[in-house]
Amino acid sequence: MAVDVAIAAAKALFIVLLVVQVMGLGVFFERKVSALIQDRIGANRAAIFGFAGLGLVNTLVADPIKFLLKEDVVPASSDRLLHSLAPILSLVPVLVTFAVVPFGDVLEVGGRVVNLQAAELSIGILYVLAMVSLGVYGVVLAGWASNSRWSLLGGIRGSAQMISYEIAMGLALIGIVLTYNTLDLQEMARAQGTLLWGWLPAWGILYQPIGFLIFMTAGIAESKRIPFDLPESESELVSGYFTEYSGPKHLMFMMSDFVEVVLVAALVTTLFFGGWQVPYLARDGFHLPGGAMLALPSWGVAILEITSFAVKVILFTWLQVVIRWTLPRFRYDQLMRLGWQGLLPLALLNVLVSALLVLLVGGA
Amino acid sequence: MSELLFLVLAVLTVTAATSVVAVANPVRSALGLVATLFLLSIFFVALDAQLVAVLQVIVYAGAIVVLFLFVIMLLNLQGERRVTGGMGLVAAATAGALALTAFLVTLLARAATAPAATLPPGFGETRALAERLFTAHLLAFELTSLLLLVAVVGAVALSRR
Repeated sequence: MAVDVAIAAAKALFIVLLVVQVMGLGVFFERKVSALIQDRIGANRAAIFGFAGLGLVNTLVADPIKFLLKEDVVPASSDRLLHSLAPILSLVPVLVTFAVVPFGDVLEVGGRVVNLQAAELSIGILYVLAMVSLGVYGVVLAGWASNSRWSLLGGIRGSAQMISYEIAMGLALIGIVLTYNTLDLQEMARAQGTLLWGWLPAWGILYQPIGFLIFMTAGIAESKRIPFDLPESESELVSGYFTEYSGPKHLMFMMSDFVEVVLVAALVTTLFFGGWQVPYLARDGFHLPGGAMLALPSWGVAILEITSFAVKVILFTWLQVVIRWTLPRFRYDQLMRLGWQGLLPLALLNVLVSALLVLLVGGA
Repeated sequence: MSELLFLVLAVLTVTAATSVVAVANPVRSALGLVATLFLLSIFFVALDAQLVAVLQVIVYAGAIVVLFLFVIMLLNLQGERRVTGGMGLVAAATAGALALTAFLVTLLARAATAPAATLPPGFGETRALAERLFTAHLLAFELTSLLLLVAVVGAVALSRR
């Protein structure tokens, strides 16, 4: 019993630490990749004993310390309770979503087979949708509780945008559920371990290319980043729904933005790019298409899988940063048209075609 | 469900539900409603109905109350005025509450406690629920979807006025 609790705690701690690490890397990308794109040098001032580490010292050490040491200004006319609650309600739902994201297959330790997923939920993907849909409260409350015009406008824009794109996101997931015939993310990741024609790893993107595009677009819109950053939109609304936040609370909003980026990356990886799968790697080692085999111990396989998962997540985090610094911001009517008249019908069509194909040809 | 868990959850849920009507600020009321719905979904999880729990969060907490909040924010409501009725109203409400409590207590005291049922395998899982939904209750399901469609069309038609 105590061992089970310890294992569960260790898994939960592991995934949270992994997410926070990738988030730090995401901030580093944000500052250095943006500099690269805009032909600047980027963060290079803060240093420890003369070591600036390509700006890593700034992004990983100096920035959070600066945020934590700043004064926490609360507007006099705000609703103090809800003003403090909003950053928490924005960060917690995103962080707990990672509970169902599998980061590896299984690890055999001392006769126990440990499933490398913090919470084994048979309804995993619906849990993801539920938590994502709760994330909107942080935005709405921050906008309302600050008692400022800019915040309120940002909050209203944010809630309308998140509700609109949740629909396309949910419909894109239906295609995936149809393909794998399960709601469990771990089962989906395992199903992507088979080979097509004996050599091609059957990753989700092969079955659901349109679903991937819809999900990725809706995911970026959910994380409220350029080109979908109308709730924040610094050229019109100062800083949108978190205009009236400073210090640690502002840091929590920034964190939840970046954790959302990592979440989208992790979900895209799990649903469309094999999750923790390494091509040709089974539980006992590599099985190459030619028939060659390389046996590996369970821990070796687990380390390779976790590394594979982390690398893919980092790659998609990087991709989102590049998208953010490449595209201009949408106008509000364009945003709504894309969501309701573009993504929604496309997602419905995708569900229809996927259902027909599964019926006629069979799923994954 | 363990008794301790039930007690803690019950106290929290009742507190949250009371706050919905007791708090003067409409936004806080709506938040109390979200908390109530979320806590109810924990009851569902504890009763092996994970799917119902998640649907509860997605539909009610994640969509409907967000729309409530959206409207409240647009209306820019301040705190509600508190209107206290006369002594007659208070007396009637107290009597009603006492009668309801007495009724429920007698009912619960008479009811035989059913033995703990052993759940069939797959109880509360999506597959089992979907099988029931699309075989035994197919007609009701399809009629409900028709009703929802009519409601959507009606909403669009009204908003065009």
